[in-house]
Amino acid sequence: MLSIENLHVSVGDKPILKGINLQVKPGEIHAIMGPNGSGKSTLSHVLSGKSGYTVTEGKITYESKDLTEMAPEIRAREGVFLAFQYPVEIPGVSNIYLLKAALNSIRKHQGLPEVDAMDFLTLIKEKVRLLEMDEKFLYRAVNEGFSGGEKKRNEILQMAVLEPKLCILDETDSGLDIDALKVVAEGVNSIRSPDRSFVMITHYQRLLDYIKPDFVHVLAHGQIVKSGGPELALELEDKGYSWVEDKKAA
Amino acid sequence: MSASAKEIEQLIGKEYKQGFVTELEADTFPPGLDEGVIYKLWKIKNEPEFMLEYRLKAFRHWQTMKSPEWAFVKFEPIDYQAVSYYSAPKRKEDGPKSLDEIDPQILEAYKKLGIPLDEQERLAGVAVDAVFDSVSVATTFKSKLKEAGVIFCPISEALREYPELVQQYLGSVVPTGDNFFAALNSAVFTDGSFVYIPKGVRCPMELSTYFRINAANTGQFERTLIIADEGSHVSYLEGCTAPMRDENQLHAAVVELIALDNAEIKYSTVQNWYPGDKDGKGGIYNFVTKRADCRGENSKVSWTQVETGSAITWKYPSCVLTGNNSIGEFYSVALTNNYQQADTGTKMIHIGKNTRSTIISKGISAGHAQNTYRGLVKVLKGAENARNYTQCDSLLVGDKCGAHTFPYVEVKQPSAQVEHEATTSKISEDQLFFCQQRGLSAEDAVSMIVNGFCKEVFKELPMEFAVEAQALLGLSLEGSVG
Ligand SMILES: Nc1ncnc2c1ncn2[C@@H]1O[C@H](COP(=O)(O)OP(=O)(O)OP(=O)(O)O)[C@@H](O)[C@H]1O
Ligand SMILES: [Mg+2]
Repeated sequence: MLSIENLHVSVGDKPILKGINLQVKPGEIHAIMGPNGSGKSTLSHVLSGKSGYTVTEGKITYESKDLTEMAPEIRAREGVFLAFQYPVEIPGVSNIYLLKAALNSIRKHQGLPEVDAMDFLTLIKEKVRLLEMDEKFLYRAVNEGFSGGEKKRNEILQMAVLEPKLCILDETDSGLDIDALKVVAEGVNSIRSPDRSFVMITHYQRLLDYIKPDFVHVLAHGQIVKSGGPELALELEDKGYSWVEDKKAA
Repeated sequence: MSASAKEIEQLIGKEYKQGFVTELEADTFPPGLDEGVIYKLWKIKNEPEFMLEYRLKAFRHWQTMKSPEWAFVKFEPIDYQAVSYYSAPKRKEDGPKSLDEIDPQILEAYKKLGIPLDEQERLAGVAVDAVFDSVSVATTFKSKLKEAGVIFCPISEALREYPELVQQYLGSVVPTGDNFFAALNSAVFTDGSFVYIPKGVRCPMELSTYFRINAANTGQFERTLIIADEGSHVSYLEGCTAPMRDENQLHAAVVELIALDNAEIKYSTVQNWYPGDKDGKGGIYNFVTKRADCRGENSKVSWTQVETGSAITWKYPSCVLTGNNSIGEFYSVALTNNYQQADTGTKMIHIGKNTRSTIISKGISAGHAQNTYRGLVKVLKGAENARNYTQCDSLLVGDKCGAHTFPYVEVKQPSAQVEHEATTSKISEDQLFFCQQRGLSAEDAVSMIVNGFCKEVFKELPMEFAVEAQALLGLSLEGSVG
């Protein structure tokens, strides 16, 4: 589904990603961990097409297409979804309006007719229940005045409604309380499927207790310095990042 | 890649869809203005005696006045002698009696604008007065309105048929010497709409006037007078467009509203005069005086405007709250793009006791445009318990445009409460990227955010015009990102 080869990315003159390699197959869950400032969000932004980053070397292939050639909205319509580390507020635009516009633009891209208003309401209410949110959130402006945890939950609501193929979650667990973490994890698990893949950026093992990854990667200084199975996360929790960083250096 | 600031700025290359010219034979005065021209105008319009005096008085006053310079707009001085003050499509003696007599070219022009004048084709429930250059060419549903006692006709016709009624109210809200452009208008106005709603009548349909400037080098000076007698109610809408021309054209209108005891007037405008091209060439100079007098107790006037067109807009629909317990409202969306300039706002003058006013202003600036809100809230000594609430929000799209706010408050009555809130925000790249990441194009994202920003004002518009206004905003922002 996603293949990243020797990816080098700079912001201005500053190299941030320095040769990332990552293969994600349909249905797989990859966890990416790593110290602050190591380049995790940068990777998520480059995958989703945010401006301001220059790919200086390497390539990204998504469903056998060159992802870097695609406009961000085309990537989204093709099934790439990013749950933001810091979701923005959009005053004046209600959540439900955004969701409907987003869903329809994706459907249009797929050659499907616009979703019927009633069907949409049914769909969205089901997803709201799944994420144990109050329906009132649908009518509030996107993220405006939402608490940190509510914003994160709202990102997952959008993911559940839009049903993307490649879900990138950037620290969705940060800021969630223990109960919310459970709910969000259940939300994610409920949309797991053999043709949907996840790239989850996280700092904490506890998310991985609920959503079991197939692979864990450690990103440090713009490179993946170690990859392994779920046990790697436990080991990291125990020994800290210096353990892998040192190992790489050694 | 997503929209950078530079791309956002490019998003705003909009296309003006009403920019066509209708080829017509017209009676047009040669350019120039003096007392002789005014006499000719008076004569050709076959007006009652008092109008000649009215016009000449205004003209003499105007000659002593200077073009105002306090607004936050820049333009080359206008040569008033280079403007033609009358242009009318050639027609039979007394003007068309029915649609069959109107030049099919004109009917076609209105049809193209989405304003079919054929009553069968019209939205039921909206009567239209169509003003083409200097004259009214058609008024629909006249007879149906007459049954309800409502007078809705071109003001030139009202001057002939109801001269006393017009004389009683004309200039009673905006005196001939009120300001430079109002004086000019009073001297040379050619047509516009007249509305009278009798006592206790709720006007059975929306009334609307559609102004169209077609001829080159002519000014449009229309005059609208609306009188809501005691206990009556009316909703009125005005729309405007003009062809794309390289020269600037002058539009200096005066609108006077009078609401007597317990009467209510709702006046909505969707202004889409040609704004000039993307480099700022051409476009309409829209210098308008709009004022309402809430003369009666418990009367109410509500102005709603969506201003997307014109090269320069200079306009302050105001309410003089004379009657006790009267209410004035102003809801405004002003969008400026490319090199457009808007200096707009309102004046609320509280005179009566317990008078209330609300001002909601939404300014959107894109491209190199400048958008200014200028508002005055004045509470006179006798206006006990007067209240005003003002909310004034600006939204910037890109970083070459400007938003300015000049709220003036004068309070002479200690029991008055005046509240003012203001915000300025910018559509950020992060917001746009977020929307794009959800599958929306940057353009749709801007449009969605702008529409969301204007929601409070749109909900004040009559339903079908709210839809039109939204579409218009979308169109006006076309090309403003990526
Ligand atoms: N626009 C930018 N200009 C300059 N430096 C940048 C820019 N964007 C990212 N960086 C730098 O790139 C590095 C990687 O940032 P990134 O946000 O990807 O880290 P992260 O791994 O997500 O960290 P965290 O765990 O704190 O979220 C940081 O040193 C950051 O300061
Ligand atoms: Mg990060």
